Amino acid sequence: MTNSTPADVGPSFETAVAATSASQRATGKLMIAGGSLLFAAALAFQMLYASGVTATGFESWLPVLYAYVLWALAIVFGQILIRGERGSRAAFVLPAVFFTVALVIFPTLFGLYIAFTSWNLSSDAGRVFNGLDNIRHMWNDPFYWNALGNMVYYVLMVLVEYAVAFGLALVLNSEIRARRFFRVVFLLPFMLSPVAVSWMVGKSIMENRFGPMARLARFLGWDRPAFFSDPWIARLSIEVMDAWVFIPLMIILLLAGLQALPKEILEAAKVDGASPWQTFWRIVFPLMLPVSITAIIIRIIFKLKLADIVINVTSGGPGGATDTVSSFIYREYRDRSNVGYGTALAEFYLIAIIIFITVLLVYGRRFARRFGAPPAVART
Amino acid sequence: MATYAPALDSTRIAQPSRGASFVATRVLVYGVLIFWAFVCLFPIYWTLTTSFKTAPDVMQGHLIPLIDFTPDWKGLRSLGLSPDTIFETSTVRDEFLKRFTNSLIASLGGSVLALAFGALAGYGLARFPYRLGVLKNDDIAFFFISQLILPPVVLAMPFLVLYKELALLDSLPGLILVYTLMVLPIVIWIMRDQFSNIPVELEEAALVDGLSIWGAFARIVLPLALPGMVAALILALVLSWNEYFFAALLTGASAQTLPVMVASQTGSQGISWWSMAALSSAAILPLILVGILLERYIVQGLATGAVK
Repeated sequence: MTNSTPADVGPSFETAVAATSASQRATGKLMIAGGSLLFAAALAFQMLYASGVTATGFESWLPVLYAYVLWALAIVFGQILIRGERGSRAAFVLPAVFFTVALVIFPTLFGLYIAFTSWNLSSDAGRVFNGLDNIRHMWNDPFYWNALGNMVYYVLMVLVEYAVAFGLALVLNSEIRARRFFRVVFLLPFMLSPVAVSWMVGKSIMENRFGPMARLARFLGWDRPAFFSDPWIARLSIEVMDAWVFIPLMIILLLAGLQALPKEILEAAKVDGASPWQTFWRIVFPLMLPVSITAIIIRIIFKLKLADIVINVTSGGPGGATDTVSSFIYREYRDRSNVGYGTALAEFYLIAIIIFITVLLVYGRRFARRFGAPPAVART
Repeated sequence: MATYAPALDSTRIAQPSRGASFVATRVLVYGVLIFWAFVCLFPIYWTLTTSFKTAPDVMQGHLIPLIDFTPDWKGLRSLGLSPDTIFETSTVRDEFLKRFTNSLIASLGGSVLALAFGALAGYGLARFPYRLGVLKNDDIAFFFISQLILPPVVLAMPFLVLYKELALLDSLPGLILVYTLMVLPIVIWIMRDQFSNIPVELEEAALVDGLSIWGAFARIVLPLALPGMVAALILALVLSWNEYFFAALLTGASAQTLPVMVASQTGSQGISWWSMAALSSAAILPLILVGILLERYIVQGLATGAVK
């Protein structure tokens, strides 16, 4: 478990460590032992019942979850009693740790196991271990690779979104009237549910006959506007909607970066007669690189989860042109109840994006260091 | 770029060329601002007004109420919420209100729970040096925050199976747990940052005065971190109120949320524009109000996490 080491460097403060009494320590140990015993007993009891060894058991596994919560509470409070002050410190992170272990780590590992089974919820065969069959199937599944290819396109479009967001952040940061009004208005799309946006924009404003966008398109000379029939136009339409929702997030991050820029340097540039263009490319942009990279990575993380709009507007169509990995797996499950294969696809995707984001983080940092402003300038 | 154009400066305004370019820049800046404000507001305006349109108004593309078309309670009537139907019994209204409350309970429950876990963990990680094997504070924090990249599809199917076993499928407590885990990384990120901005000396003084670390946390630190907690709570609320993926897979008749209801209407009924518009309005209005009233907190919460 977590140990606090007073000698460690860190933003810590020292206090007189109140010694715990022997009876407190005994109570603490009893609590932990009791909690562990209860949890182990509940787990064993239900496992035996589920595997058919014993005849009696709980109706569902829910009591085991309760036992887990009790066990976690016993450990948190027990170790406070045993270790006193240090136990209290550990008790701050322990609830989040127990929660994460139960609801993130365990399901992910369980998913990794499902990924190697053939498991169709609608068939009676149940779960059958099938080794690497899912992976082999995935390798030959053109629709999955198509979805991955679309993700590359969607992720690349983040750079366009970034350019737009940077421009808008610069405008918001300049001397304007009614700044607060514009900031609130620019934020609003971020607050909206993607499902509602799917209808508001995708199914009504971009509707081919009566939608305002179609009217505008006809007015501009596009005879039969259709935003979701041609693969590239459909892809662009989905991207526009997703960008509309998430550009505010990038504006906020970049605006915060702009406002934190050192004023003296900008003043000095003005005194030296630098044109606004020069000021931007030589000073503002390099100084903003670290913030820019953070904003782009956060945006990419959200982009990699893109699903709601695609599911609700095009269901991946036409012919898979707009499919994202998430929407593809969603349909794989919805239409075919194929839990084993769907999970295998998802776990593969997770590993791919972990590698991708790690590379981005490492190279992003290196890139910011090399081409960004020298640290001495950045800190002034 | 336009932005760093010199501010109105009395010594330079006399030069005519400078003045002309200044005016041009201003026009450009306000042009961009007004254009983007229109882009942001038009879909919202369109949705709100469409719920008051009849079918011919929709088809003829009328845009401005009272001038273009006469507002009609069509959208709200289809939900049983218009003035003439509000006192009658309506199954649609009951359904809608149930979905709305489900959304409210699930998102509030998840956000509050995440804030409780996240505030505790954020404070611990900002103040006390931990060691878990070879992992130190920064690694533990990274472990929590990195869960942000976990796409919902990875957890969706294991959760489907596990929830079936746990009898949590189609239940609000189950959905609350999912939303908690979904927003916990962001909450920990924001809260850790907030707490490390509070000077340690305050707590040291409190400890000298005889408060325990829990007392110091509850009485000194938490009140100071309140704006950050509001920011984290609002962001968590936005994300979980709008959540669709998990809700679509894990809920059915009893725990379904508003986004799932909105989504289920789009396919089956053809185009009953006014009722879709009314439903969408109901799904977006609460957060639009939150955005207008609490913009400052949202911006602050997002900015502290990303800009150091």
